[in-house]
Amino acid sequence: MDKVVIPIGPQHPALKEPASFSVTLEGEKIVDVNLRLGYNHRGIEKACEDRTFMQDIYLLERVCGICSHSHSTCYVQAVEDLAGAEVPKRALYIRTLIGELERVHSHLLWLGVAGHEVGFDTLFMYSWRDREIVMDLFAKITGNRVNYGINTIGGVRRDISKEDVQEILKAVDTLEERTKYYIQVATQEVTLINRLSNVGKLSRADVESLGAVGPVARASGVDRDTRRDDPYAAYSEVSFKVVTVENADVYGRTLVRVGELMESYNIIRQVIKNMPDGPITVKVPRKIPEGEAFSRYEAPRGEDVHYVKSNGSDKPERVKLRAPTLANAKAVLKMLENYNLADLPIIVAAIDPCFSCTDRTISIKKLDTGSSEIMDWGSLRKYSIEWYRKRGIRF
Amino acid sequence: MTKEEDIQQELTKNFNFLEGKISIPKVRRIFFGVPADKLEEVLKFLMDKINFNILCTITGLDEGITLGMIYHLARKDGIVISIKISVPKDNPIIKTITNYFPGAEYYEREIMDLFGAKVEGLPEGTRYPLPDGWPEGQYPLRKDWKSDMLGKENNNG
Repeated sequence: MDKVVIPIGPQHPALKEPASFSVTLEGEKIVDVNLRLGYNHRGIEKACEDRTFMQDIYLLERVCGICSHSHSTCYVQAVEDLAGAEVPKRALYIRTLIGELERVHSHLLWLGVAGHEVGFDTLFMYSWRDREIVMDLFAKITGNRVNYGINTIGGVRRDISKEDVQEILKAVDTLEERTKYYIQVATQEVTLINRLSNVGKLSRADVESLGAVGPVARASGVDRDTRRDDPYAAYSEVSFKVVTVENADVYGRTLVRVGELMESYNIIRQVIKNMPDGPITVKVPRKIPEGEAFSRYEAPRGEDVHYVKSNGSDKPERVKLRAPTLANAKAVLKMLENYNLADLPIIVAAIDPCFSCTDRTISIKKLDTGSSEIMDWGSLRKYSIEWYRKRGIRF
Repeated sequence: MTKEEDIQQELTKNFNFLEGKISIPKVRRIFFGVPADKLEEVLKFLMDKINFNILCTITGLDEGITLGMIYHLARKDGIVISIKISVPKDNPIIKTITNYFPGAEYYEREIMDLFGAKVEGLPEGTRYPLPDGWPEGQYPLRKDWKSDMLGKENNNG
């Protein structure tokens, strides 16, 4: 059978962000995938070099709309190391609180997308409705639904009031109830279990050699979590479980994420209970002494790392960041091998970006001759009718 | 003695040239530089002998007449070692480490695109992250590169 290459992206109606997958198929089976990234490269690292350390917080917070707090925290931690700043405890607790709330809304968002990709849109509606609880909370306590702007060099910009605490605890109670229901769905709904099990397998050895991170790694039994292994903010003072499973497939990645939601509620309650009183920020000079620092942060999608080099001025010499999805990019290509084209959306979604692959125009490249032809919807339909007719199937 | 100092001692015992070069700015962070031709040897030692088998990323640096590459390696217990090498900017050749860390491919391609390093041993592949029509010989993260160097004709890249 002829192999065909189907391009998916870079612009696609079902795609939230641009990326381009060239999928080589043998029948329905994926035999090779080539991934082209970079359509969203905005030169943020270069732009950081022309701005002050303080301005860069706001720029880096906009690297990602979902895990904005991850990037700003990871960055300010590096700068605080360079400045030798002692960040007040209360600020560290507030960072942890915001970070966990962010994980909650991000995992709920993921759960909805995953449900949508397998045709379970009720789950999508439910989990996105529940996610609104967190978004409203963010609007209330930080002033913004996304890009909260809570971090500053040396602490945080807004304190959490007693009323905020009550609201957060109330919201966490509701969300916990809802998450218990999702766990019930994930562990008892046979259609969902069968659709997700044994899809997008990734062995533990592949996780380690390809450098996969976050829930993807933990779903393959790799017990790694920056919050515990390299604690930052207030994580060394809270106790929580790192959720790992051995399934090593999309189903496992679902179990890890819903399990992590429960752990996040647990962390939020501990943080609120033990949050010390006191100042929320310490003054840090505008000019940062020469040096280099490396900071890590467990974002909802996995480990985020920032490297900051200073030269004694008020602007960084170099800011380098690596977001978790780049670390998972090689792994997703491996996960797709030998699965059906119809599994592609959920496999790709399971690392947490997302995708769908129905389109009106398909470019077919014959591998043996290298020639390309474009088929529109009409001729594709004619071709398929002809294909079946030749095999004796009448319409 | 802390774990970081143990690692420092272990490294200087095995590699004389690291004597007095290793800095530990804070807990779980170790920085040092090695000559470019010694990188592979040191990496292998870190991976095989003291279990640094997580590659966080590779950072590129413009250092004036040289390009710096920092390999950030982590261990399960949270310690991160950052090893820097420098190569001349007029002939910036580094060797691929994808034979040890297949996941390093995107990090190496990023350095090729943004700093103009040549990576020996990395197979042909899709570039990352610059667009296909990006002008030859322009490396945006080098200090001498300014955004107005991009001609208008390239804006549709």
